[in-house]
Amino acid sequence: MARKLLLEKIGIEGIRYYDAYRKSGGYASVEKVLKTMSPDDVTNEVKKSGLRGRGGAGFPTGMKWGFLAKPQGVPRYLICNADESEPGTFKDRYLMEHIPHLLIEGLIVSSYAVGSNCTYIYIRGEFGWIVDILEQAIAEAKNNGWLGKNILGSGFDCEIYVHPGAGAYICGEETALLESLEGKRGNPRIKPPFPALKGLYDCPTVVNNVETLSAVVPIINYGSEEYAKIGIGKSAGTKLISACGNISKPGVYEIEMNISVEEFIYSDEYCGGIANGRRLKACVPGGSSVPILPANLLLKTAKGETRMMTYESLSDGGFITGSMLGSGGFIVYDEDQCIVRNTYSFSRFYRHESCGQCSPCREGTGWMKKILWNIETGKGKIKDIDLLFSIQSKIEGNTICPFGDAASWPVAAAIRHFRDEFEWHVTNAEEAQRRNYGLAGYAEPLKVAAS
Amino acid sequence: MAEEKKLVKVTIDNLTVEVEPGTTILEAARQIGGDIVPPTMCYYSTLKGSGGKCRTCLVKVAQGSAADPRPMPKLVASCRTAVMDGMVVENITNPAVLETRKAVTEFLLINHPLDCPVCDQAGECDLQDLSYGHGVDTSRLEFKKRTFELENLGPYIQLHMTRCIMCYRCVYVADQLTEQRLHGVLDRGDECRISTYISKAIDNDFSGNMIDVCPVGALTDRTFRFKNRVWFTKPMDAHRECSKCSGNVRLWMRGEEVFRVTGRKDQWNEVHDFICNECRFEKKKVSDWVIEGPTKVHRHSVISANKYQNLKTPKEFLPEVMGGRDPKMLMNIHKVSGVNDPEIDLSKIPGPATSKIFDKEES
Ligand SMILES: Cc1cc2nc3c(=O)[nH]c(=O)nc-3n(C[C@H](O)[C@H](O)[C@H](O)COP(=O)(O)O)c2cc1C
Ligand code: SF4
Ligand code: SF4
Ligand code: FES
Repeated sequence: MARKLLLEKIGIEGIRYYDAYRKSGGYASVEKVLKTMSPDDVTNEVKKSGLRGRGGAGFPTGMKWGFLAKPQGVPRYLICNADESEPGTFKDRYLMEHIPHLLIEGLIVSSYAVGSNCTYIYIRGEFGWIVDILEQAIAEAKNNGWLGKNILGSGFDCEIYVHPGAGAYICGEETALLESLEGKRGNPRIKPPFPALKGLYDCPTVVNNVETLSAVVPIINYGSEEYAKIGIGKSAGTKLISACGNISKPGVYEIEMNISVEEFIYSDEYCGGIANGRRLKACVPGGSSVPILPANLLLKTAKGETRMMTYESLSDGGFITGSMLGSGGFIVYDEDQCIVRNTYSFSRFYRHESCGQCSPCREGTGWMKKILWNIETGKGKIKDIDLLFSIQSKIEGNTICPFGDAASWPVAAAIRHFRDEFEWHVTNAEEAQRRNYGLAGYAEPLKVAAS
Repeated sequence: MAEEKKLVKVTIDNLTVEVEPGTTILEAARQIGGDIVPPTMCYYSTLKGSGGKCRTCLVKVAQGSAADPRPMPKLVASCRTAVMDGMVVENITNPAVLETRKAVTEFLLINHPLDCPVCDQAGECDLQDLSYGHGVDTSRLEFKKRTFELENLGPYIQLHMTRCIMCYRCVYVADQLTEQRLHGVLDRGDECRISTYISKAIDNDFSGNMIDVCPVGALTDRTFRFKNRVWFTKPMDAHRECSKCSGNVRLWMRGEEVFRVTGRKDQWNEVHDFICNECRFEKKKVSDWVIEGPTKVHRHSVISANKYQNLKTPKEFLPEVMGGRDPKMLMNIHKVSGVNDPEIDLSKIPGPATSKIFDKEES
């Protein structure tokens, strides 16, 4: 069995509540940092652990905290990004629902490190019941002296507030989140300035993902060295993966970042293989925004190496033959799935969620969705495929926030790897309404180019 | 003594200029002037926070600064990017920039109704200019365009949302010039629109300025609606004593009639002195104003057509280059066609003009 750090105590009866959590060693990290460590010590520990942001971009967390401006007399804020709305990603939800005190504990430690006396959890509006769970956990923590003024006599004050969003995926983008938290329309800000300098209410701010902040707890408890030993290279520690699609056992798994993609899909410890004895066709390994890969490129890189569940290995080959670990939303497609339909469905999502601020994303996402709908429903033309590719390439890189890229990459990758399926949809329009393209050659081993 | 600020040097399309620290690439380019100034659809120098949205002003930063010469990985919005000392910028000298501008123009046009023939903004529309400069003459869109219902924002302003390009300038006007926030943005993505929500009347002394800042014909002056084409009217700078604003305006006249009053736009189509609604909508008599004189209009502007200010007839050059011969290459159209007869004032003819009216003796 692989080592669990975040979900270690998940099986304990009543772990959702304070008593069970505390009895099993909860809040020890708060005691440790407030009694024996300075805020900079904590930041250094996190730096040494190699922890990288679990919200999608994988930016080193300790380094992010180090960038925070610290002008005298200006408050600093820590914000926990719990807006989790990316199709395929549902790991933060699981964590908050089942072991909310782990997040609260991580938040107190992290708030201490960055010097935030007022910390917010910005949570996806649709997670209404989790707001209650978190508020209950905060109340319990406060009643037991872990929040409030002068915590454990250390002189450190901290309050945590939960703020639900109003149903917009874009509010997960950190600057849109800040706007929304300030009570405005959730439009991403134009950067620079970055939140580390001017964030919430123009004060220095750190935004981190739920899983990132929870991982601080085991880092403090077990020490950064112990944490850094898990995983491969710069992919240190454990990662939550929310696996869904055509697998035998969908769910949230904590993996050590040293297993192969193949093991993750086929071993009984994790996904348990493709459901109903079907064959693997494709996979989106990191949430809807990352490039889709056909089976042959998923299990092995273009160089013929085994693909691992790490940041580096999943992105090996760049956008031409690789993908990304992203937020860990692992979506598996079997041979009965239609890539055109899947691409349409993602496009529909991005068209609906664009904030509409910048022209390429506002106009381009709607346009792509309409073309994909035509192809999907048998009204497409061959030249539409090139048009789609051209539109996505004009959005990518030319927008205010990374949403534009996130809307373009899935379309680009689908056309790049599954072009014959798109063409078949157009040339066999009628048949395509009755049956799917099937596995075709997408699982056949690729010839490795001699180096 | 104020400390002398050290100027920073920036090179845009091989032209170097020294500007104050904190200046944006766009403002630096405007100081140089000419073709190398990126087009802007959302930036407005007198509205705080504007810019960054339309992406027409994207440029390539080929060298970040003298200290850190690395290029910036993506194109940047010149209206929101500050210059650094030693920065090297490429605008019209970089094909990728022009290619992207073409794409942005296409995006701005795919849902635009292209109803210029019936739009009051035609002739002074930034989107028209952008399309002439960077658009292509065919459309790759094969879908119905997005449309909205016409909406009146109070007695003076009409919102034609279908034409809107979501530059947010009017939202900043509502935020910054008027006392209370009257109008904002609803919905998301390609469905987003500006609105006062349930057509709340805008009755604020400065609300009319959103007409001037609107780069397209989405917000138009109801008192001028369909009254005339801008190129038939003649702009005059004028002023009056006003207790609410500076009273410095531009009158758009035809003969002795004032058709429209607007703020004074500078060469970048930006108003610096915002005017009040009384001056704009209620003072439509020449006697209300002290007229300063005709506005200088750039000679390439359609508005300058038919304005015979400082007109210079080019020198006859044919006899010179053709060794004294003087062939008639241009003929006087009035001599061969009766239809364009300057003697006949079309507006005085009752009913439609027919060929009979133009019949005349062969001369
Ligand atoms: C469109 C968009 C949506 C995002 N949604 C989320 C989200 O739901 N949760 C999240 O943690 N990060 C999200 N991010 C990433 C955040 O902007 C930010 O990078 C992240 O919260 C940083 O935390 P980390 O360093 O711990 O990963 C999103 C980014 C974009 C561009
Ligand atoms: S890229 Fe899309 S979501 Fe991001 S700011 Fe632009 S329009 Fe909004
Ligand atoms: S109405 Fe005009 S000024 Fe307002 S956002 Fe639309 S285009 Fe811009
Ligand atoms: S003018 Fe710069 S982005 Fe619109």
